[in-house]
Amino acid sequence: MATILAVDDTASMRQMVAYTLRSAGHEVIEAVDGQEALDKARETPVDLVLSDVNMPVMDGIALVRALRELVQYRFTPILMLTTESDSEKKQEGRQAGATGWLVKPFNPEQLLAIIKKVID
Amino acid sequence: MAIDLTQFHPVFFEESLEGLEAMEAALLALDPDAVDQATINELFRAAHSIKGGSGTFGFAAVADFTHGVETLLEQVRSGKRRFSVALVEVLLQAVDCTRQMIRQLQRKNTAPIPELATTRQRLDALLASADVAVVTPEPAPGERQPPSVTPAACAGWQIEFVPGPTILRTGNDPLRLFRELATLGDLKVKLNPVELPSIKTFDPESLCLGWTLTLDSPCDAAQVAEVFDWVAQESHLRITPRTASPAQSATDSDATPDLAAAAGKPEQTEKPEKAEKAEKAEKGEPGSIRVGIRKVDDFVDMVGELAITQSMLCELGNDFTLDKLPRLLQGLESLAQNTRELQAAALAMRMLPMGFVFNRFTRLVHDLGQTTGKKVRLNLLGEGTELDKLVMEKINDPLGHLIRNAIDHGIEQPQVRRQAGKPETGTVTLNAFHQGGNIIIQVQDDGVGLDCEKIRTKAIERGLLAASDSPGQGQLIDLIFHPGFSTAAQVSDISGRGVGMDVVRCNIQALNGSVDVSSVAGQGVTFSIRLPLTLAMLEGQLVRLGSQVFVLPLMSVVESLRAVSGPLRRVAGDFDVVSIAGEYVPVVRLCELFQIAPDSQGVVDTVLVVVEGDNVKAAILVDDVLTQQPVVIKSLEAHYRKVEGIGGATILGDGSVALILDVAGLLQLAGIRRDLFSRINANKEHAA
Repeated sequence: MATILAVDDTASMRQMVAYTLRSAGHEVIEAVDGQEALDKARETPVDLVLSDVNMPVMDGIALVRALRELVQYRFTPILMLTTESDSEKKQEGRQAGATGWLVKPFNPEQLLAIIKKVID
Repeated sequence: MAIDLTQFHPVFFEESLEGLEAMEAALLALDPDAVDQATINELFRAAHSIKGGSGTFGFAAVADFTHGVETLLEQVRSGKRRFSVALVEVLLQAVDCTRQMIRQLQRKNTAPIPELATTRQRLDALLASADVAVVTPEPAPGERQPPSVTPAACAGWQIEFVPGPTILRTGNDPLRLFRELATLGDLKVKLNPVELPSIKTFDPESLCLGWTLTLDSPCDAAQVAEVFDWVAQESHLRITPRTASPAQSATDSDATPDLAAAAGKPEQTEKPEKAEKAEKAEKGEPGSIRVGIRKVDDFVDMVGELAITQSMLCELGNDFTLDKLPRLLQGLESLAQNTRELQAAALAMRMLPMGFVFNRFTRLVHDLGQTTGKKVRLNLLGEGTELDKLVMEKINDPLGHLIRNAIDHGIEQPQVRRQAGKPETGTVTLNAFHQGGNIIIQVQDDGVGLDCEKIRTKAIERGLLAASDSPGQGQLIDLIFHPGFSTAAQVSDISGRGVGMDVVRCNIQALNGSVDVSSVAGQGVTFSIRLPLTLAMLEGQLVRLGSQVFVLPLMSVVESLRAVSGPLRRVAGDFDVVSIAGEYVPVVRLCELFQIAPDSQGVVDTVLVVVEGDNVKAAILVDDVLTQQPVVIKSLEAHYRKVEGIGGATILGDGSVALILDVAGLLQLAGIRRDLFSRINANKEHAA
């Protein structure tokens, strides 16, 4: 099982994601914005990052860029949680180095399916 | 594994309501001509979160409605639309509607919301308006349809895949893609002939390979393309059918629960019936509180210290000898210290900054200004002052009432103000600060002030005052709190809905607080509400009567006196009064009220504790005044039933139970009425 960093400023979404991942047996670290995520990722190595895009302090795109700067996260899968209205954000995220995206709204099953795809 | 999403609903509701509040505050504060990007981002983020959450948790109607709001804000954010007064008004309406929708979901109420349809129309009208440079958002460059794929499905697919050299650095691994493809059918992977760079220029982090894949599967092209969705943009990808089979129907792919389908239409992910299941869980919900991490950290720190003290005492107790006494005393002292700090830290968790309540009134003031045609500004001070969450919730309505009154009756029309030499815009100031163990909340306006003549006329009309009485200004003003004084002549839809100032005072007294008013003609009125910081504890004055110990809230104690030697005077046939500093104060004999045998039979040897409740002073006769200490309030109603004159109970250091006296209730029980004594003292002043 993997250690996953779940980043979202919206508590309900973050809790839903974290709960779903934990019930699938993963270790979950939660963060409320990009900066906190970056700090926590530096402290504890994680296998996968799931991040919201629109967040205060440091948004998801900036987080991806910052993580890719760190040698230990150069190849780590980073998935953006976007909504359809963020279609430009998907590509912006990709340019910044994100692995892929998961489009909101999604349900726990969809989340787990995509996680399974990225880590085995 | 099925995950019950309803468990996240309460959090979602709460954060959405908070988000809406933030949106409302930002909208009210912004100047349409000069909006800063930070405000727009904040507005967008709030709308975006609500939309995202409502979609995820299956509230399709909310998601659908907020989608319009989000789109408008997105247009503003990307510079395609400019803020206007009209846009702000529509957004405010939309915030109101969304709030109602969320509240209804919270309460499992399905009544239609009348404003929804019109707000929706206004939103749609704005969305359709040409006030926007690019009306239809063009698909982003990367959003092109999957590359050159024939729509028809077939028995298998040939896939040319040459990923971009940087693919590895985005965390994408071609092997993962192949594994995923293999789940669709039988996959053959063939490496394309490739010329590798020389070892000198070789970059191990770049990918310079390409593959030809053969997938033997009846799946359709979209499914294959979806596998490459994340990498399609920077890769060369060609998907061609191996053997055409036009019989393939589209329904096959529809039946597959793939992500593309979910992305294509924001489908409800949860069925509404599921929401009903949560009903039981929601009933009698005690409410939750958000506590800053620092407060929790402090608390945890103190628990840590307590544990250290505990282990130290435990060790001492194991083999105690008398020479360890100083250490024992020291340990007990730290224990006392830890307990005090822990108590303070626990109470601090219930505390919220006053800004929470104050900011709610920005909207009220904005709206009232519009309806009355007056120009009003709300000035907030002391927003960081903290108050118990429960007290805060209960003070909301009285504050709202005072603000309505201030704008309705206090602040003048702009031209009247100009004539009076005041600025056209009136100011309502809300202020909060700590004083002793209390919080003082002031509602201040710079309007006309109270009209004492009018109050006098009205009081005489209602028989609250005899025509011959000439009370002082303070007593006159105090009459506005009298039940039945509601200024019916001035009923409007803003204030004066039959809810008078007496209700305001009652509500505040129910919180063990008091309210004072001062007014300067032409300069405005100030209401000062004094409240205990928490309902969980109070600073108590312990008094003894016979064998019983009672607690008086220190807040209501004015002074304590050794009983005067002179006899008490009996007035109005019913009361003893004592003259203190030239004022007649009624005497309450607790021993008679509660039928307790006192130590001292006469008045001599007793102590008079002068208390004030409901703006009436009274002297309570007790045997002795003991210490002052903070006491934890235990509800009597919860454990027994409501008793007139008793506010609650507490457990003292020796384990005995002491009743906490409710001064206002006690005076009522003793039959002491405010009007009677204010009249006695007024006449006396008059006579003097």
